[in-house]
Amino acid sequence: MKYFKLLLLLAINAGVFYGLNTKFGQIPPLGKFLSPTQGIWQNERSEVAQKTLSLEGLSAPVKVHYDEHLIPHIFAENKKDLYLAQGYVTAQHRLWQMEFQTMASAGRLSEIVGEAALTYDRRQRRKGMVYGAEKALETMSGDTEIQEYLEAYKDGVNAYIAQLDASELPVEYKMLDYKPEPWTKKKTALLLMYMTDMLAGRDSDFEYSNALKLFGSARFNLLFPDYFDKTDPVIPKERDWSSWAASIPEAPADSLVLEQLANTMERPHPDNGSNNWAVGPEKSYSGNPILANDPHLGLNLPSIWYVMQLATPEQNTFGATLPGALGIVIGFNEDVSWGVTNATRDVRDWYKITFKDHTKQEYQYDGSWKKTDLRLEEIRIRNKEPFIDSVYYTHHGPVTYDETFLGNRGEAGFAMKWTGHLGGNNQRTLLELNAARNYDDYKAALKHFLAPAQNFIFASREGDIALWIQGRFPNKWKGQGKFLMDGSKPEHEWQGFIPQEHNAHVKNPERGFVSSANQHPVDQSYPYYVFNDGYDTYRSRVINNFFRSKEKFDIEDFKALHGNNYNLMAAELLPVMTKNMETGALSQQELSFFEAVSTWDFYNDIDKAGPSVFEAWYDELYDLLWDEFERKDLALDKPFNYQTVYMVTNYPEDPFMDILSTEEKESAGDLFLISFKKAAEKLGKWREEHGDYNWGDYKATYVGHLLQDLPAFSRFNIPIGGNSGIVNATSEDHGPSWRMIVEMGEHPKALGIYPGGQSGNPGSKHYDDFIDKWAAGEYLELNFLPYGDEPGNTFTTQTLKAN
Amino acid sequence: MKNIFNLILTIVLAWVITLFTPWWGVMLAALIVSFLVPLKGGSTFFVPYLAIFSLWGIQAYMAGSANDFILAGKIADLFSLDGNTTLLILVTATIGGLAAAFAGLLGKQLKTVVTS
Repeated sequence: MKYFKLLLLLAINAGVFYGLNTKFGQIPPLGKFLSPTQGIWQNERSEVAQKTLSLEGLSAPVKVHYDEHLIPHIFAENKKDLYLAQGYVTAQHRLWQMEFQTMASAGRLSEIVGEAALTYDRRQRRKGMVYGAEKALETMSGDTEIQEYLEAYKDGVNAYIAQLDASELPVEYKMLDYKPEPWTKKKTALLLMYMTDMLAGRDSDFEYSNALKLFGSARFNLLFPDYFDKTDPVIPKERDWSSWAASIPEAPADSLVLEQLANTMERPHPDNGSNNWAVGPEKSYSGNPILANDPHLGLNLPSIWYVMQLATPEQNTFGATLPGALGIVIGFNEDVSWGVTNATRDVRDWYKITFKDHTKQEYQYDGSWKKTDLRLEEIRIRNKEPFIDSVYYTHHGPVTYDETFLGNRGEAGFAMKWTGHLGGNNQRTLLELNAARNYDDYKAALKHFLAPAQNFIFASREGDIALWIQGRFPNKWKGQGKFLMDGSKPEHEWQGFIPQEHNAHVKNPERGFVSSANQHPVDQSYPYYVFNDGYDTYRSRVINNFFRSKEKFDIEDFKALHGNNYNLMAAELLPVMTKNMETGALSQQELSFFEAVSTWDFYNDIDKAGPSVFEAWYDELYDLLWDEFERKDLALDKPFNYQTVYMVTNYPEDPFMDILSTEEKESAGDLFLISFKKAAEKLGKWREEHGDYNWGDYKATYVGHLLQDLPAFSRFNIPIGGNSGIVNATSEDHGPSWRMIVEMGEHPKALGIYPGGQSGNPGSKHYDDFIDKWAAGEYLELNFLPYGDEPGNTFTTQTLKAN
Repeated sequence: MKNIFNLILTIVLAWVITLFTPWWGVMLAALIVSFLVPLKGGSTFFVPYLAIFSLWGIQAYMAGSANDFILAGKIADLFSLDGNTTLLILVTATIGGLAAAFAGLLGKQLKTVVTS
């Protein structure tokens, strides 16, 4: 009996141990997770300790001064030590995030979260994310200086991981019950690919091909013109290109492949975009150039940006870094400042591949058969057998779509051709910009940057302002890459690239300012083919009009423009809507909403009801108008907002206005009324539930944790105005992810803020302490310390040194 | 008296052991103490329970209070405790207590088997 009892108790204890040490579904291993000595209670920390830490590989001690915002100011003797320390310090605060993002890039999330991520992981593999990272590594391996710094950064991250006790693991590791693996140079390359995909991983080739077949070319061109009727391009229209000897290839006679897909993979969010602008000496209140930037990205915690000062005796740079990449990405030093917006060019095209047979070993090309390369992608899945995905590579690129992945049955596939696979040395561009002293350094630095193409804005102490649209751009024949192409025809391939010196750029333009907001890069006089691929048409005009509106600009003007909530689309569309709608048929409640929107001043401010009505109304109108695009059997993109406004304004009787599901033939006026009633009903319900419907509450901006917006680690209902298409481009979950203003001069004066905090630890008060300031339009004064400065006692200093 | 001795010894030993081991050190401590200082009846279960309940409760409170319970509040949200950090401390303490209580029963039984 007593032995039986002993065995029973042993079994119970084994059960208790196993039960509390194991993750079940979403529930973390409770014993481990809640233990005060090992679990989350150990993550209740906000401060860094004043101490000396050991970091092998340093040639001299490195000082890390943390200011009150937990911004590290790193002083190192040389660049190798600097990047070693950058890796170490970044890992100290952002380890989980930097690893998670690279796992996401590489299509390895199933290892962490299980089968739920399998489709996501397959997509990443089939896009050739790892392939692209390997290409970039290849290019960088030929650059011994960059190699040395990548090594140093890697060693810094790994030194931190090596000395990390299980109790000190970031809370997300504890929650998901896994451990960090060593950092590698490839992970840095994967992080850069993650950004490339986010910013240059969007195209509509299948959707456009489908629409072309469905509606015919005349109708298609009406809805999706290469250029809109109004543009205010990045490079001013005055720019004269006539001195260039430029030519574009001849378009082949048979350029269309009308193959159709019912579904395409999820693409990056269309709200990924940005603003930047700079005024030259003559337009600046002080005579010093002033530069500003605000990249619009998904609003996440931990934030995508981590702010640092990185200094050696030779260079002293401050700004926003991407955890996982070396150097400052958007920032300034004593001589120059720079920023980026997405160039939004079409650099990803698709080729139809005809395989010889179902083995996919050969495909048709130029009258014969060419061999494919098979890449077996092993996707490890937590608590399951691995999934092996066969991805066939052609000379164009990976066959993303075939019958195993969203493709059609049969011997056809679709291969991707993408500048993201060309293998750039973006890291060199960033590090050279960190050290740049003048326009020539900036110009030279850009040459290594292939993708994602960016509008690099620049201002210098010497008084230059400039903007280069930098990336590697295929020199396309007119219309090339707007639609699907035939992978068996050599004449359908990219025939070459635009020479780097012919990338559109402008230095010290007559008008005294440079700017970009993801709009059209150039007007039609540019000698190479460019078509609208989702360019902005509103923010850019508001920004440029602002800088044309007066003579001189100061920092306060820059701040005001960052926070500018003027809704130009509403200003152009709303009068058309209110004027052409029958108000006689409106109920009392509907009339009250109508009153709110028709007296509105077109500013998407948080305390106004007008924007809520307008945005709800427009959403309904947009869906009603483009009901022709709601097809389950065809992947289609609805027209852009600008062309939507254009159509209802100029073609109110167009057949597209008709609602297919009704007997009647609707006109734009009918659509306005029907959509208004729908919107009013929606708003009425919303008001019943929430009491009010002011824009701030109605939009309900949130900053979501990287793990699918896990509510406990996210921030909701943030009071900030704006919307996508507005200079303050804060929509529900996208917006200005880093606002920076720098005035050059003897000593640069800089402001910056982002919707997050320096710590990646949800238990730190620095996890989200910038969010309220950001929402209120406030900035941190960036304390740009001279190299070697011993700052005051508001700083906490850590010394890193080799043993 | 023996109960109090066992209680204090379990707390102290668990505290020391978990300086070096993961969380299950509290199970080990309860097991060892109830082997060395066997108790009778319900005390075999409740004394180690109370010991680790107190230890984890106090340790969790101290860790949290040093940082305004910022993380505890979020974890309490995660566990649908409505952000209530006191409840999270109670849950923490109870889990530790239960693990130790079962280990205590096992320690006592081992003693019974060995000495008979």
